[in-house]
Amino acid sequence: MSSINEIQEEIVAEFEILGDDKESTIFFIMELGDNLENFPEEERKEENIIKGCQSKVWLVADDLDGKVHYQADSNTDITKGLISLLIRVLNDRKPEEILKADLNFIERIGMGSIIGSQRSNGLASMIKQMKLYAVAFQAKQNA
Amino acid sequence: MPIAIPLFRSDWEVNFNSIMALNIDQIRDLFPILHQEVHGKPLIYFDNAATTQKPLAVLGSLEKYYRLDNSNIHRGAHALADRATRYYEETREAVQEFVGAKESSEIIFTKGTTESINLVAKTFGRKFIGKGDEIIISTLEHHSNIVPWQMLCEETGAILKVIPINEVGEILFEEFEKLLSPKTKLVSIVHASNALGTINPVKKVVDAAHAVGAKVLLDGAQSTSHLEINVQELDCDFLAFSAHKLYGPTGLGILYGKREVLEAMPPFLGGGEMIKEVTFEKTTYNDIPFKFEAGTPNIADVIAFKSALDFIKSLGKPEIRAHEDGLLAYANELLTDIKGFIPVGTAADKVSVLSFNINGMHPFDVGQMLDAKGIAVRTGHHCTQPLMKRFGIEGTVRASFAVYNTKSEIEKMADGVAQIARFKNK
Repeated sequence: MSSINEIQEEIVAEFEILGDDKESTIFFIMELGDNLENFPEEERKEENIIKGCQSKVWLVADDLDGKVHYQADSNTDITKGLISLLIRVLNDRKPEEILKADLNFIERIGMGSIIGSQRSNGLASMIKQMKLYAVAFQAKQNA
Repeated sequence: MPIAIPLFRSDWEVNFNSIMALNIDQIRDLFPILHQEVHGKPLIYFDNAATTQKPLAVLGSLEKYYRLDNSNIHRGAHALADRATRYYEETREAVQEFVGAKESSEIIFTKGTTESINLVAKTFGRKFIGKGDEIIISTLEHHSNIVPWQMLCEETGAILKVIPINEVGEILFEEFEKLLSPKTKLVSIVHASNALGTINPVKKVVDAAHAVGAKVLLDGAQSTSHLEINVQELDCDFLAFSAHKLYGPTGLGILYGKREVLEAMPPFLGGGEMIKEVTFEKTTYNDIPFKFEAGTPNIADVIAFKSALDFIKSLGKPEIRAHEDGLLAYANELLTDIKGFIPVGTAADKVSVLSFNINGMHPFDVGQMLDAKGIAVRTGHHCTQPLMKRFGIEGTVRASFAVYNTKSEIEKMADGVAQIARFKNK
């Protein structure tokens, strides 16, 4: 399995191909949403909605053999694409790896100007919630 | 052709008078902001229901005020104060003419439509609406014509009643008539819906409300830039609207009220300007409109607003509306055939607002994709959550057209929407 930084390099390279073409970049992000695994219907409930996102984002996580497995969904395609990127980088890793991760790809691909300020705030909330799950699982593992 | 910012009033009056018919290219030259690229594409500005762009004359007027005339108005014993006061009051007269009010003292300057409505709620409402009295609004209202009345109802024990609408977004007039009773003290209704564009039959609403002794407030935020308004003919008791949706500056609203109604109302804010005499025992209040304009007002924007009204007058409201209606009809024609296009609000009588969704797509995504094409639209609930709920949707994509928009821009939007719709509607 590639490291967090190796995957970040891959993503940066993929976005570099798109260049400054905002239209193609947004289409690309929307298509990335198709990579998300099917979200379990029973988890589509109020307490799994991430606070601070304009669009609805559901996120759940499981502890699979000491590693954090995320599942997420959204009611908007762009947001689905964004969270699929986060999952691609952080999924199935030990909590301490996730907590240490410096997610520099977001800034390096200029995500802020691609998605605008409203969605950037939402993206920050998604990262925060993913790290909170890692904190919780780490505490459970250390107990 | 480069355009110099005219600094003096007489200069731009000449400019406007030279526009005989609506030459859209010539009109676009008066709006420097339109001539730019966003994301490498020429800007297409279709967010006019949120705010319109400002012509050179307004920009020039703002600059001229601060460059040459800046002074606090009323009571200044010097030339600058005198000049600023004169220009400020000239705008009041221009607004009087614009809405057909009987006298200029019936025109009050506020911060915006929202403040105008709140002013009525907090003064007229507190004095004349009590426990068990009823206020009628419609399903089409913007939050700014819902929340002030809910606050008043909480405070006084009055009851809020809502006129339902049909599938195309028109109020059900017979249901409105059923809601009317001697308990009705106020009907506060939008003239043209910001989210759907529906034009309400406000003259009929006013007559029916007056028949039971109720006063009527019209929210004219969206209607005043498109429709000819005459408050005396409409016979409404209040009209609230904003300068920035009328090619004027932000931060300026207008409240028209009939003299006898305004005189019967207590003041809104207390402070300078609104008083006649102050002692520590008692204060007597100034006459209208000053009773409602406490403190130093938004002088520069008021003065510059006259240039916006002159701009509209020079083009003619019927000419503006004819152009905008043409754009709306053209947009409908081009978009209707797109697979997955779902129009929201298809009333027979509309201002130039086109609300829609794309099957299977979130309006926010559609808006962001149009933005990537340089096309500025608004997405979301448009501050009309109860209306969106009525249609069972979270929001819409809203394109709203102004006098400087063109058919070629509509074609580009239609191409863009078609391409975006194919994403989910193959």
